[in-house]
Amino acid sequence: MKLEYTPAQQALRAEARAWLEAHAPTTALSSFDLTREGFEAHRQWERTLDSGRWGMVTWPAEYGGRGLCLIEWLIFEEEYYRADAPVRVNQNGIFLLGPTLMEFGTPEQKARFLPAMARGDEIWAQAWSEPQAGSDLAAVSSTVVQDGDDYVLNGQKIWSSRAVFADWAFGLFRAPGSARHQGLSLILFPLTAPGVKVRPIERMDGEKVFAEIFLDEVRVPAFNRLGEEGQGWEVCMSTAGFERGLMLRSPARYQQAAQRLVKLFKARGCDLGQGMRDAVVQHWMDADAYALSVYEMASRLDAGGKIGPESSTNKIFWSELDIGLQRTGLEILGPLAELAAHQDTGLGGWLDDYLFSLAGPIYAGSNEIQRNIISERVLGLPRR
Amino acid sequence: MDFRLSEEALMLAETVERMMWETCSLANLRALVLSGEPYDRGRWGQIIALGLPGMLAPVEAGGSGLDELAGVLVAEACGRVALPEPLIEHAGVAIPLLAAAKPDADVLTAAVQGEAQLAIGHPANPFVANADTAEAILLPHGDEVHLVPSSAVELRRHESFDEFRRLFAVSWNPGAATRIADASLGRRLWAKALERGALLAAGQALGLAKGAIDLAVDYAKVREQFGRPIGTNQAVKHILADQQVHLSFARPVVLAAAADFAAGDNVSLARVSHAKLAACAAAESASRAAVQVLGAIGMTAEAGAHFYVKRALALSAAWGTKAFHREQVAERVFEAQIGPANTFPRGGAAA
Repeated sequence: MKLEYTPAQQALRAEARAWLEAHAPTTALSSFDLTREGFEAHRQWERTLDSGRWGMVTWPAEYGGRGLCLIEWLIFEEEYYRADAPVRVNQNGIFLLGPTLMEFGTPEQKARFLPAMARGDEIWAQAWSEPQAGSDLAAVSSTVVQDGDDYVLNGQKIWSSRAVFADWAFGLFRAPGSARHQGLSLILFPLTAPGVKVRPIERMDGEKVFAEIFLDEVRVPAFNRLGEEGQGWEVCMSTAGFERGLMLRSPARYQQAAQRLVKLFKARGCDLGQGMRDAVVQHWMDADAYALSVYEMASRLDAGGKIGPESSTNKIFWSELDIGLQRTGLEILGPLAELAAHQDTGLGGWLDDYLFSLAGPIYAGSNEIQRNIISERVLGLPRR
Repeated sequence: MDFRLSEEALMLAETVERMMWETCSLANLRALVLSGEPYDRGRWGQIIALGLPGMLAPVEAGGSGLDELAGVLVAEACGRVALPEPLIEHAGVAIPLLAAAKPDADVLTAAVQGEAQLAIGHPANPFVANADTAEAILLPHGDEVHLVPSSAVELRRHESFDEFRRLFAVSWNPGAATRIADASLGRRLWAKALERGALLAAGQALGLAKGAIDLAVDYAKVREQFGRPIGTNQAVKHILADQQVHLSFARPVVLAAAADFAAGDNVSLARVSHAKLAACAAAESASRAAVQVLGAIGMTAEAGAHFYVKRALALSAAWGTKAFHREQVAERVFEAQIGPANTFPRGGAAA
């Protein structure tokens, strides 16, 4: 074990810090889930990031990256959150589909999709869940049929984050009549293709964070299949490993939130009691523990290891950490917490962040499913 | 930056774990309780054969000169089987303290070789554990450190609920002959010993959590109700999955605290405290879960769950209470640089 950064890693941190200080927006961009303007402002920020070659630092230079390792990605993320830079509108692309393309994509597919993703030209949504396939993802029934050099897609997807304004989606489809985990394929399709209809769904706070996607005889070239025909489940589980275990929620996000909580606690004064103080310290420790655990995982992956079912422990931990932390923020605010954050109370977005955190134990596979995975595939308990 | 354990560290852990598995089953623990012996001389012999009593002692004193990371891995292996022998306090805390205070002490060589056991009466702990089998005891007089031969102390037993932790109040007369560190050196040495005790308690707690989870999983796989193993029920599965989550987010903290132990600044102190809190919480929770999953048999003296319950409780309060360690973390949180770029502030991150 060596818990020191190399000189090159320290230089990377300094470079990222200086660049972000010079380029990160000084006022918050408006939400990318509410209006087209907000979405496009975030796309513009993705382009700015790409101009500094910060789009996705782990990708090879030919795809717009810097060829860095995961430890270095963590360093960039730390600086990114330290700079309070905008939430990445293309997170489903760069953090989920990107690593999957790196693992399963052909050289032609990587060249076609990765640079456009790094530039923000193509913003991605995930199209996995269906009305009858949520926790039981292998129950998806949307179909893919080959027709000459094309695939024809039919069916319905739901709970697709960013799909309201995004350009492309990566979806899970099955060969008609195939059973469960067999016959699934991962297909990339433009949300603007003829036959695609997107219907926004309002979240409890009014933002259009997710959508239903209806597919009616949607035609895409066979080139758009990621991995082999019938390999869709395996491809999706690789994506899920990154989603649950590593990239979607980098530890810096919670370390920054814990830091905000400490500031709030200090600002609200000393009459909050020992219990509140202990809670603040506990959340800081949890964020620190999550960071250390991810450093450990990144070290293992950088040395050639693979993400396995242990990523499910991460997903449970960060989602529960987030809820607890935001809830303590509201506790500190007391009755003022009820005020909607957009009323310019100067109290920060604790309520928004709390409401969003409630989704954490649901998306990326519900925590109940994660506990099944841990007990069966990490601990070895019998399935039934 | 590389968070992986070295090949040597992994080999050490594997060797010690294997020896513990072979010599310290639940049947062995029960037999020891029935025998009334304070510890198992055969197992202590194996511990000596692996050179563990001298693991952290300087090479000049005949020790292996290993670092705290190795110490934590050995402690984890000890915790996993709820080891009765006081190896960790002897090798992990008492020997480093004695080697720092009086490197030429006669008893040091015997202690490093495992022929003599040392006990330590740290001011943070109200009683001296396993003082009856010790050849000599390290005791505080104010901030001074004294090395007192067992012939010069009077012991009064205080029954612990953990049958393998024999606690004693020690009466003795301090004098120039027993003093091995004056108050100013002693203050530093006692503080360091507390940190080491807390870190290695955290290491043991990781092992306790793992041992308790394994015990419960093994039982849930074979115990049948309603015609199928109870481990097929999600209500049981999820209890155990949660224990695995607690353990997974305690272990990296303990490893980082060990790797960073030598620094001895606020950051490293806070991490030791965090490690102790997280690992002991995981051990307490996992051992209670084991009792729950085993059901009524989990409450018996015959089943092994109680060894984990008791040791986890004892270690939670020893070597600094929860309140003490939480305060040590709070000092870092409220006074020092925090935030996303400060995971390893000394590793070149800086504010």
